[in-house]
Parts: sequence; C-alpha cells; structure tokens
Amino acid sequence: MADGDWRRPSPRLLRLRRAEVVALACLGVVLGGVLTLASTAAGIACAVAALLLGLLAERFVRRRFHAWGYVEREDDLLVRRGVMFSRLSVVPYGRMQFIDVTAGPLERSVGLATVRMHTAAAASDARIPGLEQAEANRLRDRLAELGEAQAAGI
Amino acid sequence: MSAVGDGWRRLHPLSPIVRGGRASIAIVVVLVPTLVGGRSPRDSLIQFGVVAIIVALGFVSWLVTRWRVDSDDLRIETGLLKRQSLRFPLSQVQAIDIVRPGLARIFGLAELRLRTGGSSGSTGRLAYLSAREAEPLRDRLLALGRGAEHVGDEPAEPRPPSATLTTVPTGRLIASILISDAGVLAEAVVAALVVTAILAPAALTGLATGGAAWIFAAFAVVWRRFNQEYRLTVSDAPEGLHLAGGLVALTAETIRPGRVQAVRMVEPVLWQRLGWCRLEVDLAGRQRSKGEGRQARRPARALLPVGTHADAETLLDRLLPDRPRELSPPPRRARWKSPLRYRMLGWGRTDTCVRTQSGRLRRVTAWSPLEKAQSLRRVQGPLQRRLRLASVHIDTAGRSVHAVLRDRDEAEADRALEELTVLARRARRAS
Repeated sequence: MADGDWRRPSPRLLRLRRAEVVALACLGVVLGGVLTLASTAAGIACAVAALLLGLLAERFVRRRFHAWGYVEREDDLLVRRGVMFSRLSVVPYGRMQFIDVTAGPLERSVGLATVRMHTAAAASDARIPGLEQAEANRLRDRLAELGEAQAAGI
Repeated sequence: MSAVGDGWRRLHPLSPIVRGGRASIAIVVVLVPTLVGGRSPRDSLIQFGVVAIIVALGFVSWLVTRWRVDSDDLRIETGLLKRQSLRFPLSQVQAIDIVRPGLARIFGLAELRLRTGGSSGSTGRLAYLSAREAEPLRDRLLALGRGAEHVGDEPAEPRPPSATLTTVPTGRLIASILISDAGVLAEAVVAALVVTAILAPAALTGLATGGAAWIFAAFAVVWRRFNQEYRLTVSDAPEGLHLAGGLVALTAETIRPGRVQAVRMVEPVLWQRLGWCRLEVDLAGRQRSKGEGRQARRPARALLPVGTHADAETLLDRLLPDRPRELSPPPRRARWKSPLRYRMLGWGRTDTCVRTQSGRLRRVTAWSPLEKAQSLRRVQGPLQRRLRLASVHIDTAGRSVHAVLRDRDEAEADRALEELTVLARRARRAS
C-alpha cells in the first residue's frame, strides 16, 4: 500500500468546505459588528473569537480533507478517513450489497457526489465524499461489476 | 381437516382465539357475568353484538388464510380486502422455530416461525398449526431447504433420538439470575420495599405507586429470562443444533452451524468465581418484523443460559471446530488506555476463525468465523496514537457480537489487518 496509490476526493471538496467555514466566520464578524452598537468591547470580542474559530476550523477542514483516500485493489476496496480518529476500512467486493451515490444541494452546486458501499454489516463504513460526477459514476459502475463477479452469500 | 384442495391448506380453526391471546380471555371474562347474573337485556345485547363481530372477524381471517409447500418454497396467502401473497424460498431460511405460548399449549397448538436473512429480514409465520403437525412440517421444510429432491408428506422414518449435549438445571438457572445484573437490581428493589415497610409503613404506598413502573420492569426482565431459559436443552440434530425449552411458552429451534455469524461467551464478575458462563450465538438478519412484537428483539440467542466451561466447550466444538485457543496479550502500555479491561484484553486466530476477549466488569469472549467477515476496519483514536496503539474491528452481519482486536501495537495491527484480509478471502472462497 504505497502512498502514491491512494486516490483522493476532488480539490473542489476542500474549496467547498473552506467556503462554508469562511461564510460562518463572516457571519460571526458581522454579528460582532452589530454588537458594537450595544457594547464595543463585546462586539470586538465576538468578532475576534469568530476569526480565531474560523482559522482553527480551516486547519481542521484541511487536515480532514487530506485524510480521505481510497484504493481499488484486486479483491477489495480500501477507504481511509479521519484525523482525530483515523479509520482504514477493507471492504471485499464480494460482500457488497448495494451502492448509493448521493449529492446534497451544496455538493451538487459544485458538481460533486458521495459514493457509499453497503454490506450486510451495519458497522461497515465505506463512504467516499467529494468525488466528481464522472468519477463517482465510474466508481459506482466498477464496484457494481466487481461485486457481481465476486458475490458471496451471507 | 384443513385441506382446501390443490395442495393448499388452512391453519388450525382455533388459531384466531390463540392469536387474540389476552383479548380472548378478556372477552370470556366480560361475557361470564352477563350470562350468569342477568343484567338488563339491552346491555347484554350490545356486548353480544361486539363479541359476535370479533368472532366473525377472526373466522374470516382464518377462512382467507391458506398455505402451501411448493418444491422449494413456502407460500402463504392471506387478507380479505388487501390480498397478500408471501413466498419464502426455503434455501434462504436461516432457522425455523416452533413457538408455543401458554394459551396455545392449552389447545394443543404451535406456531412455526421461519427466519430469513438479510437486513430487512422478514419472518414467515404459520400461526397456529396443531402441535402434532408442526414438528414433521418443520423437519420437512428444513430438508427441502437443504436441497433434498422430493420429500413426501410424511417423514419416511421417525427422527433418531438425538443426543442431549447440554441442559440447564433449574437451581443453577435461578441462582445465576439472582446474581446477574438484572437480578441484583430486582433484589435491591425488594430490599428497599421491605426496609420502607418496616421503618415507615406510611410511605410504602407512595413509594410503591411512584416506582411501580421500575419495579414492574425489573421483574419483567427477570421473569422473561426465567421463562425463556427454563430447562433450555441443546441436542444434536441432522441440520445442526436443536434448542428446546421454556416454562409457560415453549420454543424449539434449530441452528445450522453455517448460519452462525459469531459466538460470544459472557462471564459476569459474580459468576467467575463459580466457573459459570453464558454462551450466545448471533445469526444474520434483523430478528424483528411488524408482527413479532417486542420480545423478538432479543439481541442474541442464548445457547447456554448458564453452564460450566466444559458445557461451553462441547457446544463450541459443534459450531466452530477449528478455533483459536491461545490468546496473546496487548503491549503493557495499553494499560494507560484501558486500565480496567487491560487484564481481559487479548486475541488469537487460526486460519478460519478469530477469537477476541475484552470486558470491564464482565469478561466477554467473541469468536468470529472469518468466512462471515463483511469488512475489516483499523481504527486509531488520539490517545491510541500517542501510545502507538490501534484496534482492528471485524464487522459481521450479526447484531450484537463485535469482535475487536483492541489496543494492539500499531505494527501488529497493520500486520493483522493484512493477514486477516487474506485469510477472510480464502475462507470466503472455500465456503
């Protein structure tokens, strides 16, 4: 499992997450601005806190983005994720029950989708967010094909 | 008696009464005073009318329900207005239970329950058949599910008497429940009531009404365990392990070894001194469906409610002949991450099976056959990273048994993940 083999979500996912953080931080700063009308100190404190929290969140979002990765091996799919709690899942294609591709409104606006592979075990955790539409469709078709070829009973 | 023609058959005519269960008893209770002490004719007329409607509804539901065994599936048709046709492929059936609630036993009836796999797991119920009919039918369905070509209506030869593997002495069951967690809670409640009754009798009524729900819940748990596990006997059967037992409601089921997702042994701290343990199996699929109600949500099936380690080994030999016996302990620094359960932690493997052990107050040992592994996961939390530890989870389709290689050295966890992936693939191909 050399590091070079890992495929990653689209960089657009990072941009999307950053945009979310920036929007929230701006909201906090604006709120601080409004607060200055009542009490200057409280308003400034609120704005500074929003900026600091925004910076922290940005760092978290960046590290989280870089933690995502997946590899299609011969018999199984590897998915890794998580910064604080890092997880590496090995899901054999033969165990796959179904795949779903979802895209929320924000994801869709930048042309991204999430691919998720389900097995008979509820704990299986094979989710890959932020794939470009074409890559999501390719992965879905490829996994379905491999799953059918290697299917095993419960 | 209940043949309809073309292979279709009906359920036993008394089944609506048993299905109504407590409602039927209530109806009788309501009717008796009306019949004995003549009240005003109008009242009794209304009551009779209501009862007549209920009886008619039960009769119609019996009339429109029919079932048939085809070559490889069981078909059930039911419903008057909304016609429902169910088809259960017998090769997909995980287990067949015979359940006999108290009322059914009075009338000599039994219910047949087909458990199928899959996460949406539906359950086929034939409620109720006559008790004599149920046993041969179960054997026949299981034989058809195994792929027997054609099995006649009557079994060719009587079932060979099966050897009893383990059973539970009633005294030991009572003792084990008394010192289990639910039992201790119930005893505490009783003790509290007694103490209040002696010290402040006036407060007793308040306490009893206020805590009624709690008292009831504690006793319900204890009673349910006792009722279900009373004289639970496991014996060898051609299809696997045969379980039978129960006090008021009798249940009988057969577990095929190939359907077992995982096995676990639980040893609460108070039992350890006595050398007792409890053995449970986890089967695939959700065990609850609309008609089944609460009690069917039981997490795992107890094979051995309480027994010695020798009993447990006998059963494990049938289910998982090739299982690891040795456990390797985690590195010493795992003590900082899991101070309480450090002593319990360990894992071992053979080429087909993984064994893990954990638990804080009670020791839980889990065996997971690798051919049933759905996926593998390596998880590392912040504290584990600092201590260079990692855990490996083995995910199965079962619901309550989790095999986790907890707090292993990072390098060992990586190696285990690689090895188990390869072994699981091999086991899957071989099965």
